[in-house]
Amino acid sequence: MPETLTNTEVVTLTINGQEVSARTDETIMEVAEEQGIRIPALCHISGLSDVGACRLCVVEIQGSPRLQPACVTRVSEGMTVTTHNDRLKAHRRTIVEMLFAERNHVCSVCVSNGHCDLQNLAVECGMQEVTLPYLAPSLQVDASHKRFVMDPNRCVMCTRCVRVCDEIEGAHTWDIMGRGVDSRVITDLGKPWGESDTCTSCGKCVQVCPTGALFEKGVSVAEMTKRRQFLPYLKTMREVQK
Amino acid sequence: MSKAKVATIWLDGCSGCHMSFLDLDERLIELSEKMELVYSPLVDFKEFPQDVDVTLVEGSVSNEGDLHKILQVRERTRILVSLGDCAVTGNVPGMRNAIGVEPLFTRAYSQNVTVHPQRPRGAVPALLETVKPVHQVVPVDVIVAGCPPSASTIYYVVSELLAGRMPELETHTRFGA
Repeated sequence: MPETLTNTEVVTLTINGQEVSARTDETIMEVAEEQGIRIPALCHISGLSDVGACRLCVVEIQGSPRLQPACVTRVSEGMTVTTHNDRLKAHRRTIVEMLFAERNHVCSVCVSNGHCDLQNLAVECGMQEVTLPYLAPSLQVDASHKRFVMDPNRCVMCTRCVRVCDEIEGAHTWDIMGRGVDSRVITDLGKPWGESDTCTSCGKCVQVCPTGALFEKGVSVAEMTKRRQFLPYLKTMREVQK
Repeated sequence: MSKAKVATIWLDGCSGCHMSFLDLDERLIELSEKMELVYSPLVDFKEFPQDVDVTLVEGSVSNEGDLHKILQVRERTRILVSLGDCAVTGNVPGMRNAIGVEPLFTRAYSQNVTVHPQRPRGAVPALLETVKPVHQVVPVDVIVAGCPPSASTIYYVVSELLAGRMPELETHTRFGA
């Protein structure tokens, strides 16, 4: 058994009225996944570290006036968690609306149409229309890499690409530039991707990207399906090496 | 029992939603027993009538003509349906919002033209500065996403409305589908 068990306690908490046991080094998201409870999320992907960036996984914890992100909140004894109710649904819908309003997500002409985490989240969160005004920013596509394209119009700033490149590939080609609504993912301090000295062209960033922001050259509308089978394998290998 | 008055209008879109409506095929005959098409690009009426029960709107609000039409249609319609992604999100017509009208005209009517560069004026309605989805211009009662919504989705929406019920589409449609 993993050594971590000796250092962690087992606690009992309640999720959606059901009592469950969990280790104190687990997050609410991990425990919910074990229980077969799906909490909507965008930046969370099993196999990478969690950053609590998208806030879609916010849950209610009894006694806390604020909502807490399930992916970065550890469980504790006696905790009472609600993952789904009208208040959370409204918050999640607003977040998805803001994501759609912030960049130029045009599903009908997107390479990821029909295979997109954001598109699916709109359905899951019951977002039929965007009530906020669209910002329609003017953003340049970077097609300088010989195999891949970065289209910031589709980017939701989940930072999955940054984390997979850093934590799994070890190249740290991707990073974030700017603040707030002006944030962008960049390669090598803002160089065109094709001129990057650090990129190994492994393509992991493309595969973990939830939308059509990163895609393979040569695919047309709705043709880009992401292949993420490698993540659990690499995660296990990393844990064994520790 | 008198038939329900149904209309369809075509704003800034590709007519794909109307094609999808025609894809109802023989179901159109069944619907025609309960409804009358009082205005549409598919039939030859010049004036949008008063007291329409249901209007299906294809396309986004992109120019002054669209704006004039949708205000009139809203005033004369009981249940307004945003049909398809252009009406619901702005979709492809809305992609010009990131460019702006002036650079767009320069690109289309000056830079790409070799003979007699000139801009359209007078005969066609002026473009609005921003392409907007219908619900950001007038209140909309039913949202039907899809590019285009399938014939079955349109059939479901229209038959529910004709039966006096509001269609529940939350998990049945999505953008781009």
